[in-house]
Amino acid sequence: MAEVSYVKASRIFSGNPPVRAVDELSLEVSDGEFLVLVGPSGSGKSTALRMLAGLEDIDEGAIQIGGKDVTNVPPKGRDIAMVFQSYALYPHMTVAENMGFALKLRGVPKTEIKAKVEEAAKMLDLTKYLERKPKALSGGQRQRVAMGRAIVREPSVFLMDEPLSNLDAKLRVETRANIAALQQRLGTTTIYVTHDQVEAMTMGHRVAVLKDGLLQQCDTPRALYDRPANAFVAGFIGSPAMNLKTVPITSEGAKLDGIVVPLSRDALAAASGLDEVTFGIRPEALGIVPSTDAGMDMTVELVEELGADALVHGAVKIGDASQRFVVRVDGRTPPTLGQHVKVAVRDTTEIHLFHPESGERLEA
Amino acid sequence: MTLDASSLKVVQATGNRLRRTDRSKGASIALHATLIVASVIAVFPVFWVFITSLKPDARAVEPTPKLFNESSWDNYTRVLSGEKGDFIAWFGNSVVIALMTTVIGVFISATAGYAASRFRFPGKRGLMMSFLLVQMFPFAVLIVPLYNILIALGLNGTSLGLVLVYCTTAVPFCTYMLKGYFDTVPSDIDEAGRVDGLSPFGVFWRLIMPLAKPGLAVTSFYAFLTAWGEVAFASAFLSAADESKTLAVGLQVFVQQNRTEWGHLAAASILVAIPAIVVFYLVQRFLVQGLASGAVKG
Repeated sequence: MAEVSYVKASRIFSGNPPVRAVDELSLEVSDGEFLVLVGPSGSGKSTALRMLAGLEDIDEGAIQIGGKDVTNVPPKGRDIAMVFQSYALYPHMTVAENMGFALKLRGVPKTEIKAKVEEAAKMLDLTKYLERKPKALSGGQRQRVAMGRAIVREPSVFLMDEPLSNLDAKLRVETRANIAALQQRLGTTTIYVTHDQVEAMTMGHRVAVLKDGLLQQCDTPRALYDRPANAFVAGFIGSPAMNLKTVPITSEGAKLDGIVVPLSRDALAAASGLDEVTFGIRPEALGIVPSTDAGMDMTVELVEELGADALVHGAVKIGDASQRFVVRVDGRTPPTLGQHVKVAVRDTTEIHLFHPESGERLEA
Repeated sequence: MTLDASSLKVVQATGNRLRRTDRSKGASIALHATLIVASVIAVFPVFWVFITSLKPDARAVEPTPKLFNESSWDNYTRVLSGEKGDFIAWFGNSVVIALMTTVIGVFISATAGYAASRFRFPGKRGLMMSFLLVQMFPFAVLIVPLYNILIALGLNGTSLGLVLVYCTTAVPFCTYMLKGYFDTVPSDIDEAGRVDGLSPFGVFWRLIMPLAKPGLAVTSFYAFLTAWGEVAFASAFLSAADESKTLAVGLQVFVQQNRTEWGHLAAASILVAIPAIVVFYLVQRFLVQGLASGAVKG
């Protein structure tokens, strides 16, 4: 077990111009922590993980594992285990051989390897399959073998590169919980890469959001959701995404269609000197109100019924342009398609303001 | 496939509707007839060589050929006893040279093919192009320059020299074959191996080579055959002494200016074919095996 730190670590792919896949990433992961790296594709999250694994060069900066600089150490000297998206099982070896391979290379006695493999197999419900080859296993079983191969090694850090993306939706939810529980039990520092923000929110102790190789924010899932550092994080975290619209601002508040949403004094102070702000509000902070109340006129364009609640997509006129908003409403009484409804902000404390150009969060 | 009772039953049950894999009787007969004719055409020459090898030289070529005419194993005993030349020594030379070519050639090709498949290095394109280019020269053009090189290296007349010459033909082709094969092994496997504690050579030797068995089988077979049946280089580069000849060169003693000992030549040819058949038998089970399946999701 060990802490991990990225110290201004960069990976630059040659080209014209060179691509900074990971740009001066600084990140501290404490011992036993489950950190999730999340971002859209091309954000550099996998590259950051591979740099830690030693599979990508570190062109600038450094990476430390357990306080030891491993920047120029080959993968085998880093005491890490990795679970690949494709699982990368050795097809010519049985499940037991796959799981015990790293120990065999280290010269661990056969009886000890056998005991450890059997223990891990029991933990992952793989005991029946130990003598099978990977091709005779289902996707979920292969995934568990890949996990088992990492566990048997008892490394100081687990690295997981989208390990669930090849599973079907139901199995993914199940395995998600299993991995989180397993990590809790083993207490091994884990870095987990995913593009799925639901995975990130449900599994990680902390979540680091990356975009274009730059770290946007690293915090607990709750904090990311409640206080996104910029418009990108605000739009990326949460499903459905936050409504983010550029709106004019006056001394009373933000001007939306027909209503002026009052803003706190702090927020107004932070936005002073700006004519417009990026106004963000989550679908659940909006609500449909009786037509006599003040609110924005919305034409319902799509209703997604999820059972417990429903998502209403509709068009609202802001200025001259028609903008789409998403509102989360009670599942039992959704409006119908084409209906005109009034939408109002339910809770003004859940309003997020961002700089219209830089996207940075306004107000402290 | 053939129509067996069970598949016929299914056809009847579904009201004579043919499944995709079923054929009508006429089509089946036509197909089998075609295949049988093709097989006979392919096998007959070998069969006739065998028949000839049992006949005395005088009866080997006749106006009306018969299957058996004074047939016996005499030709074989005479060839093997060394009455016509040191057959056993030639055989030994050929085996040693062919096996050395196989081992050295495949090892060089595998390492080169792996490098070409996995690494980016300056001159990679040029290297692969030069491999293709070498294949375009006829053997005859290469004999003189190769001879000069062997003399410069002091290897003329030696088995090792000939092995290296054969490698120059086998390695480019085998490298191309194996590069293509290594390309199908996902590089995630290399990375998993490195994380598990293998050195780069360890990855190649313990993970990639076992996974490339079918590719290695094909290239081994090719390298073996390159060396086994080759005449021009062998007669040019080996010393003229009888005991240092290879089989392919040695067979020429049966073909003299005014007389050809057909029976002995045929018997020796059959004996020459046996090791090639053995090598093929050893590798053929790998030729059809898809070992890489199951490595990744799919």
